Amino acid sequence: MNDAIQIAVDVRDAVKRYGDFTALQQISLAIHDNEFFTLLGPSGCGKTTLLRMIAGFEDVTEGGIYLFGDEIKTLPPHKRPVNTVFQNYALFPHMNVLENVGFGLEMKGSSRADAAKRAGEMLELVQLSQFAKRKPSQLSGGQQQRVALARALAPSPKVLLLDEPLSALDLKLRKAMQIELKQIQRETGITFIFVTHDQEEALTMSDRIAVMSAGELQQLGAPRDIYEHPHNMFVAGFIGDTNLLEVSVDKIMRGRAQCHIGGGHELMCDAVDGIAVGAKVHLSVRPERMVLSKKATSAESLKGTVTQNIFIGTDITTMMDLDGGPKITIRTSNTERGNKRLFEPGSAAFVDMETGAARLLAD
Amino acid sequence: MAGGAASGGSAASDTYAKARHWLLMPSWVVLGFFVFAPVCVMVIYSFLTKEFRGGVIWEPTLAAYDQFFFDRGLFGDSDPTLQWTYISIFWRSIWQAGLATILSLLIGFPTAYYIATRPAKTRALWVFLITIPYWVNLLIRTVSMKFLLRDEGPLNDFLLNIGLINDPLHIINTNLAVQLGLFYSYLPFMVLPIYASVERYNFTMSEAAADLYATKFTTLRRILLPAVKPGVIAGCILVFVPSLGAFLAPDLLGGAKNFMIGSLIEEQFKGNAGNWPFGAAASMILLSMVMIILLIFSSQQRRAGADQ
Repeated sequence: MNDAIQIAVDVRDAVKRYGDFTALQQISLAIHDNEFFTLLGPSGCGKTTLLRMIAGFEDVTEGGIYLFGDEIKTLPPHKRPVNTVFQNYALFPHMNVLENVGFGLEMKGSSRADAAKRAGEMLELVQLSQFAKRKPSQLSGGQQQRVALARALAPSPKVLLLDEPLSALDLKLRKAMQIELKQIQRETGITFIFVTHDQEEALTMSDRIAVMSAGELQQLGAPRDIYEHPHNMFVAGFIGDTNLLEVSVDKIMRGRAQCHIGGGHELMCDAVDGIAVGAKVHLSVRPERMVLSKKATSAESLKGTVTQNIFIGTDITTMMDLDGGPKITIRTSNTERGNKRLFEPGSAAFVDMETGAARLLAD
Repeated sequence: MAGGAASGGSAASDTYAKARHWLLMPSWVVLGFFVFAPVCVMVIYSFLTKEFRGGVIWEPTLAAYDQFFFDRGLFGDSDPTLQWTYISIFWRSIWQAGLATILSLLIGFPTAYYIATRPAKTRALWVFLITIPYWVNLLIRTVSMKFLLRDEGPLNDFLLNIGLINDPLHIINTNLAVQLGLFYSYLPFMVLPIYASVERYNFTMSEAAADLYATKFTTLRRILLPAVKPGVIAGCILVFVPSLGAFLAPDLLGGAKNFMIGSLIEEQFKGNAGNWPFGAAASMILLSMVMIILLIFSSQQRRAGADQ
């Protein structure tokens, strides 16, 4: 199966330094053809720098970047067959929408008429045909965003780079655009490399996500994989909500680790690489993977006191103090069944983790 | 008051409208006294009869304009032919000013672009350096230029010393000297407005153009230039208009043969030999020329604006 996968962009040991400051430290990534790939991380993590290195706006200090096998790091931006959707769109204000979209084609040598024809088709794709003659300043933010997308797609790039393109849109429009972007990616079959700091956006749209922090790659994988099996504290904390509990490892047997939480609670969970007996490490449990009950259902049930219930629409978040110190939050779905499992603040309750829900973190 | 009624008619907005009116008064007074009144005086004087020792006689006549455009022979009784003396002075002024504008654009644009693309701190220093010549009066700077360009001045000394020339170049008292003077005097007026618009330019647009396969030159021509056009036009106007009426550079560097319209006008009001109505008429003609050029510019701007 792996034979069929073609590598669109291959980043090999890429390093970026600005004077003494290292923005990217030795990143290696292989982005597949036809893939919706997301670079996710907080601001300043180097994700935009990496994108700009692929586009050609930043030099590569060390290492290499390959596009379908060809080294591109020495090519100027206008010779790289990739196109970019910029964060603030960077539409040309003195050209109308059609001219904006046709610009790349014209630069590639198409005649004005051909460029206009293809630009018209692209505008149809983003449903803006009726605005062809408008100037960018006469469009709303969402419409400008679509023009930027059409402009970048028009020259049929091998890879499309998107630098936080949705961050300037309001929430509703952003959600709609997320779905539309994903759809356009499927229809065109172009490899998308998408940069965002919004973990929900990344989870919604991506085939694979590279989580970055402080210029380093933290974890690479499918959205579900990253969410369910975070490798470290940063990934567990950055993607979704989680409970981070400090535990001591007592025993490791046949791939299972026995650990205890303060207060005498014992737990069994999957062992991971880099964890030794006696080590104090962290355990991550997603709030929605825990269940409240009145009585202990097993030896692993954790006892505690409910302190607060917070209604957030689809779910109810329960804050709880476990006996022996640690505080945890539990999310229960706002359904008839879920509501039966709620307890008034001050009452004692037991918590059970679903099988496999507790993840040990290497650091 | 009309303004108050238009802005809603409430007591508060009436008060604001009145306040606005009074706060604008100083500007109106200054404009009235120092722009409108002098222009009126000039218009009136240009239609009066000259007195031989300067000044005017209050008798309306078109003589001044007639003298500018037509030659009626030594005694004023021949058939009128076009008076080429003044028209050629005018023509020289226009091409000298035009050339100075083009030269300052060619030098000023890269300079402004360079400054605007420096880090913010260095930018302030560069702008400061550009304005330094203004700490010295233009007259003194133009006189210094005269010394620099003399046959036995530093420029010729230098060129002779490095062996580039064998005989000194006669630059002083030529059109070239006038051109250098104009170019030097007004170059900063080109640099500063262009700098201001390049500084506001969003360089991501250049990146977008490069991303869409445009070469550097195409990006300059199709993206940067249209975006900074207002600054370029402002710079051109600010260089062309004062160059057209300049008299220091042509007087001091050009000598008697390279008269420009500014010197001609200046001459009419100097000492007892002048001709006030003629000077006023020449000024009016110059003013109309400038107005026409500005109108053409602004109508083109408006057309470009309507496109957007």
